[in-house]
Order: sequence, then C-alpha cells, then structure tokens
Amino acid sequence: MSIDLSQFVATFLEESYEGLEVMESSLLNLEAADDETINTIFRAAHSIKGGAGTFGFNDVAHFTHVVETLLDEIRNGKQAVTPVLVNLLLESVDCIRALLEAAQDGPDAEMDKIEDVRARLKDSLAGESAAAAAPAASESAATVAQAKRWQIEFIPNADMLQAGHEPIFMFEALAQLGELEVTVRTDSLPQLADFDPQLLSLSWLLTLTSECPEDEVREIFEWVEDDCQLTIKAVESGPAAAMQGWSILFVPKPGLLQTGNEPLLMFAALADLGDLTVQADTKGLPVLAELDPEQVHLSWQLTLISDCAQSEVEEVFEWVEDECKLEIKPLVPVSAEAETPQSNTAPPVAEVKAEAPKPAGAPARKPKAAAEASSVRVDTDKIDALINRVGELVITQAMLGQIGSELADQLGTQGSAMEALQAGLEQLERNTRDLQEDIMRVRMLPISFVFNRFPRLVHDVSGKLGKKVELVLSGEQTEIDKTVMEKIGDPMVHLIRNSLDHGLETPDERRAAGKPETGRVELNAYHQGGYIIIDIIDDGRGLNTQKIYQKAVEKGLINPDVAMSDQEINDLIFRPGFSTADAVSDLSGRGVGMDVVRRNIESLGGHVSLNSEPGMGSTFSVKLPLTLAILDGQLIGVGPETYIIPVVSIVETMQAKSSALSSMGGESKLLHFRDEYIPLINLRKLFGLDNAPVTHTNLVAIVENGGQKVGIMVDELFGQQQVVIKSLEVNFKRIEGFSGATILGDGSVALILDIAGLVKRGLDRETSEAAAKRSNIFRQNTNLGGVA
Amino acid sequence: MSLGARQSDESGVIKSSDSRQYLSFLLDNEEYGVDILRVQELRGWTPVTRIPEMPNYIKGVLNLRGAIIPVIDLRQRFGLPPREYGPTTVVIVVKVETGTSERAMGIIVDAVAETYTLEKNEIQPAPNFGGVINSEYITGLTSQDDTMIVLIDIDALLNSDELAIEDLTTKNLVETQA
Repeated sequence: MSIDLSQFVATFLEESYEGLEVMESSLLNLEAADDETINTIFRAAHSIKGGAGTFGFNDVAHFTHVVETLLDEIRNGKQAVTPVLVNLLLESVDCIRALLEAAQDGPDAEMDKIEDVRARLKDSLAGESAAAAAPAASESAATVAQAKRWQIEFIPNADMLQAGHEPIFMFEALAQLGELEVTVRTDSLPQLADFDPQLLSLSWLLTLTSECPEDEVREIFEWVEDDCQLTIKAVESGPAAAMQGWSILFVPKPGLLQTGNEPLLMFAALADLGDLTVQADTKGLPVLAELDPEQVHLSWQLTLISDCAQSEVEEVFEWVEDECKLEIKPLVPVSAEAETPQSNTAPPVAEVKAEAPKPAGAPARKPKAAAEASSVRVDTDKIDALINRVGELVITQAMLGQIGSELADQLGTQGSAMEALQAGLEQLERNTRDLQEDIMRVRMLPISFVFNRFPRLVHDVSGKLGKKVELVLSGEQTEIDKTVMEKIGDPMVHLIRNSLDHGLETPDERRAAGKPETGRVELNAYHQGGYIIIDIIDDGRGLNTQKIYQKAVEKGLINPDVAMSDQEINDLIFRPGFSTADAVSDLSGRGVGMDVVRRNIESLGGHVSLNSEPGMGSTFSVKLPLTLAILDGQLIGVGPETYIIPVVSIVETMQAKSSALSSMGGESKLLHFRDEYIPLINLRKLFGLDNAPVTHTNLVAIVENGGQKVGIMVDELFGQQQVVIKSLEVNFKRIEGFSGATILGDGSVALILDIAGLVKRGLDRETSEAAAKRSNIFRQNTNLGGVA
Repeated sequence: MSLGARQSDESGVIKSSDSRQYLSFLLDNEEYGVDILRVQELRGWTPVTRIPEMPNYIKGVLNLRGAIIPVIDLRQRFGLPPREYGPTTVVIVVKVETGTSERAMGIIVDAVAETYTLEKNEIQPAPNFGGVINSEYITGLTSQDDTMIVLIDIDALLNSDELAIEDLTTKNLVETQA
C-alpha cells in the first residue's frame, strides 16, 4: 500500500514553521527553567523530527534529532539552562528553519553554519554526558566517547563498478578516519575463462580503528548502499556499547488490529533499529473454537540490541500507545562490569521515569488533541470564495430591499402579505450583515502572530548593539486580517530595529541621562474605528530634530529659508532619499529607508505617523485597515462615471473658491490650500471624459500620498460607504490608476482610484514644480510678514 | 486533438469523438462560431462601467454575479461598423484560457443564431484573409446550408493586444528592503 505523501508536505512544512515559532518563543521564556516550557519545546522538536523523517527530509530529521537529544537532557535535569545553551538552541532553530526552507526548494541552506551549530550541539552533549557519566543518554554520546574498532564486511554487487563507484576510493576515505586493515576475499572469483573485467567478484573485510561514530563510516558507503551488502559492527573495546539495548514488553489490547495497526510492521520497524529477538507469549491464546481472527491474543517480549535512543523505540509504538501496555527497559548489559552498574544504569532508569509514565505524558498530549479538534485548517482560497459569495449576497439583499421599498411605495404598506414581505426583508438584511461580519472574522487572527517574532529580534539585536532592552507587548489579542498581517511583518521589523538602533541609548548614555540602564520598547495594538493601531514606543533619546533639519538642507530636500515646525521636520525622515542611518545617529545602522516603511504601509491602505519628545523617546504609530477585503470609500462623480477614493487617503474635501485656483495655460492647475499650493489633477482630462457636460462646481478632494498632497477635481461628491474590493486582474488585467473595483448597491461596477498610481501618472513635473515654488514663495512672504 | 474525446463525455449528444459543438452568432449578417464548451452563459445587454484609456472595442467591465469581467464589442474588434445596442443585443460570456488560468469575458454580438455539431472533416482550414480578422484568430471555416461560418479561436483572439496580461514583473510596486 503506498500513500502519496507529497500532498501532506505543505501541511507538514506549515506545522513545522509553527512549531519552530513555538520553540523560539518558549526558549526566550526559558530563563527560569520550568518543566512545562521545556516539554513544549521538546514536543515541537519531536513533531518536526518525526514529520521530517516521514517525508524524507533526512537533513532536518538528523539535525533535529541532535537538538531533541539535548533538550531531553535538559528535561531530565542533566543539563542546566544557561544563556549560552539557550542561544545555541535558538541558533539551531534558525538552522532547522533554513533546512526546511532548503527542503522546500528554497535557497540552499548554509551548510557550514549548520555543521558548526551541529558540532557545538554535539559538544555540549558529549561534554555534559561525560561529566555526568551517562553514556546511555544518547547514541551520539555512546558512539562519540570511545575509540573502538569497526568491523566492516563489504560485499559489493557484481555490477557496482558500472554505476561508477570505485571501492579503492572508499577505502582511502576510510583510511583517513583511522587505522585501516583491508582483507580481500577472493573465494567468489571465477575461472579466468569466465572472467568479465567489468564485473566485480571480490569482497572485502575491513577493520577500522577509529573514534568516529558509525554514521561517519556509513556515510562513506552512502552512495553504494543499494549496490552492496554492508555490515558494520563495533568490536570488543566497548562491551557496554555492544550489548546496549532495550527490553520491550508489548501487550496489545485485543482490539489492536481493528485500529489498523499491525504488530508485524512495528517489529519490522524495530528490526531496522538493530538486532531484534521476538518471543511471542501465547498464554492468553484461547482454545481454537473460541479464536476470533480479528482479535489479538498474543503478547510479545522483544529484545532489541541497538544503541538507539529510547525515544526511537517509543516512536515505533507511538500510534498504538493507547491500545497496549508497553514497557521499555534498558537491557542490563550481560557483561556489565560489576563496578559500574550504577553509573551505567541509573540514568536510563531516570529517563524511563520521565518518559515512560504514560499518565504524565498523556495529559500533555491531550490538550493538544483538544486544540486540534476545535480548529480546522482551511485553505485561504476557500475563505476568499466564501467572502466573495457573501459579498454577492449583500448586493442581492440590497437590491431586494430596494425593490421591496419600491413595491411598498406603489402598493402601499397595507395588506398582510406586504407587511410580511417587509419584515422578511428586514430580517434578511440583519442576517446578511451578521453573516458578513462573521465571515470576515474567520480571516482574522490575533496580532500576536506578528508580535511573537519580536522578542527574538530584540534579544538578538540588543545583544549585538550592547544595549539592555526590555520589550513590553500589549494588545496581542487584537485581531487583524491575515493578509494584512502577512504584509505588516517587515515594516514592523524595520520600525523596531530602528527604535533599538537609533532610538535607545547605550547603558552608559542612559545612566548619564539619569535614566534606568535598561531601555524600554513597547508594542501596543488596539482597535480604533475600523482600523488597527500599532504603537511602537521607545523611551530613548528621541529624534534629533536639528540634525534632521541640517541633513535635509544638505540633501536639498527642503528650502532652508522656509520655517518648519518640529513635527514637519521629523516627518522628513519618511522622505525618499533620507537615510536615517547617518543622519540621526552615528551608529552604523542598516540604513533602512523609512520611506520604504511608509510606502509599504500606505500600499496596504494604512498610515504611519511619528511623535518624538527629545530625551524622552519616540512613538511610531501605524494605522492599518482591519482587512484588505473591504475599504471605506468616498464615492465621487466625474462626468457620467462614479469612482471611489479610499477615505484613508483623503485629507479634506472642499469647494474651492475661484480665487484660490490658479490657472496655467487656461486650465486650473494649482490650488491655494492653507499655507501651500497644491497641484490639481483633472480626472476628466486624464480619463478622456472631456466631452461630458461640464459642471463648474470647483469641488476638490485633497488626497495625500507619500507625503505629497494633491487635489482631485470632481464634479460631484456622493456619500461614503464600505465597499468590498474586487480584483480586476481575475478576469481582466491590472489597470494603471486603479487599485480594483467594487459593486455598488444597484449592481453596477465602480472603479477604485489608486491614489499613488494616479499621482504618479496624473501629475506632470511642471505642475508639481510650480506648486513647490509657489508654496515656498508664499511661505517666505508670510514669514517676512510675520517678522515685519 | 485529445479535447474531442473529453467533449463527447461531457455532452452525450455528440456522435463520434472527432465532432464538436459550436454556437454561432451574427455580426453584421456574417455568421461566426465558437466552441460551445467555452460558452459560460448568454445575457442581454446591460450598461457597463467604462474604463479610461482603453481601445474602443473594450467597452468596459460588468458585474457578473460578483465577478468583474471585461466586455468586448466584436463588431468593433473586427472593424465592422458599430451598431446601437438594443434589447436584442446579446453578450456571450466565454471562458478564455490564459496560460494556466481561466478568465471570463463578455463578447457583444448582434444575435445568437444556431448550434452546430461539426465533424472534423467538415472544417476547412482558414485562408489568410489579411486585414483585421487575422487568420490566427480563426480555427477554420465551415459551410452549413450554403452559409459560411467562421469558427473563432477564442483564446487567440481574446488574449491578443490590449487584452493580453501584461508582464507580471512590473506588477510588484511594493518594495521590501532587507
């Protein structure tokens, strides 16, 4: 029976990444060693290892195995939790992630780094085990510790040479591991007449004296595994290693077979781990007449000679643990030296206690099972389809409502049928609205999914910068749409890094300023009228307004003759071409352009603002829509068409006085708005609606994008309403100047203006330059006026 | 073509695996045909939302039960004189295969005429006409009751020119800087 496993790989990867996140956040909380946290980490690592093995990601499985062994030692109290160890484990989490990404045809993992971490993991294992004299704790400990002799019987298949393998090279590689003795066996050599030079008729017996573990020996034969018979045995020197094994008593419940488990398969899996002796106990066997072929009456006593870890044995029985009685005991070495029985057997017993008590293990697993049962993993496509469907329902409902009220107008509200219809329509409206809200909520996840990665970031960055930082998270349960959440991670990372790098001072500076040495970065999320607000607050030095001003003048971003408020100056850091790295602090930062942060946030229909208090700290406030599926739109009329402007982009809508409009070339091009001149975009002209009847309403919607204000001339301003965003790309293509479309209450389609695209396209350079020039002249004049 | 076999499975009326059904429609008294399996539905003309800066034959977009689809005037696409849209004007919603995805589009025609079941040998290859109706948009010609019917390759026609999906690399305006 073969099951196509590939379909589960995506789920496995997804779950593994989640597992890694759990490991990471738990590791950061591990400072105080508590069993529950360690168990959580262990379980996450264990699932990743198990899954990786199943799907053939052997790199991941092997690496995770080492991590798991180390975790096991921590769990059993053989290792103390030290910051060094935590950092090492955090690094290994990164390695596993890199390996998983590589397995998921991502970029190749940096094997050097991974090997380095693996070596350090093994070091901390071996070192600790040697100190605690616990050779049985792990296979690596057992195999690494002693120098021994490996006896290798190598019987290649006759056609091995044809596959391009050369035994001599393998022997040379072996010789590099240690002292090698090679004995060639010629007993199967054919008569000279039958001799085929292309076929291999020799076999070898090799004896290697080396400290290397079996893995390394096997690795040399890795490519020929299938082309030969290979037996590798450790000889003499380590009797403990040779005789190490497990005694397993396996008493299944009679119903075992009905759950689809087959003992024989488990035994076969065990036999893969080592030498297995199976003894069936027929005590429970009924007389033949009463024998039920669907029930198991046997129990087994198994002896496994293997240096595998107990967890590996348990893994074989993982699926049946509730269906049987299982006892796994380390095999007491037959030839165990009487002098050291305690040091040899005591640790494994302790291990059995920690691992074996199923009652203790079971409750730990049960909550997980319960959590799985109460949530369902659903493809987001399905949810999107559902959202679309509900969107249509809302439109249909609106249409029905309209018809209903028209009917009522025509026929009067008298008559029971009419009243019933009205009541029904009202009910429908309520239900549809509730349904829409519920569906939207399906896509919402708590912001903690984003926040969870920040403790690690702060831990790492503050370590590198030599700063002491306390990170305070609040409002983690605030919910936000999954799509928004996926896109907000990077900008948030930039902002936090910025706060750590440029905002917070070093401990010395802080002490000098009379502040506590440990800086504080606070992340606070909350809802505010259809938006989520995320504040990033630091108690650092605040922005150096003076320096920003100088820098901006140097770079020619602003006119030095123009007076600006501190707030305006601080906002300059969001301008393109303004690198905060060399301007605000002398620290060699990453030079993260805040303009990129702002652009990213604005592309989500959000907004970022800044508040800074010199010496007290700064606050970045990110405002995001709760969902990308819906937006608050201002309906505008241009000629015969209706368009939608996202309300978040609108600064103000106004009826401009004719005197405030200045013309260039017979066309209104500039608007005098408060203390500046802003360029105007004529949608009529831009959209080729010139021949529609002209109305001179002078209505202007002032919008802001990337810090630039632009006026959009409209013929009419209709109401504001929430609109469901529909993609134009699904059946058509992306259209410049529009971010999408929506369906209005009457079933017609209205296009949503993409302010960024519109500004880029609709604004010629001449007009914007003229606007900037006039603004400056105007401000200068008012300043002079103020002075005079 | 292997498509032939699949079609006969889906609609039992087809006799042999080499035959296909076509829906024919009229444009300026000429008869054209499209593969009936590409036809999603027929609907009457309803006003569309105009899209700025599009060629005249792309009339705009339409709300098809929540999906927004473009509507193309085939008369204008083929350079035929435009006609007022009236109650008999029909929009045929067709499924157009674009690479790996499928797009729904509406085509405006004068009227729907017939459905025909055509054997492969009844279809003749199209001669090169030149002009607006490029022969690469044509699957072939057939004559039924002394009328010539031009069979249109919907995928080729509705993925051409302005309807083609632009290069996706220019799409990502949002930069992320590590």
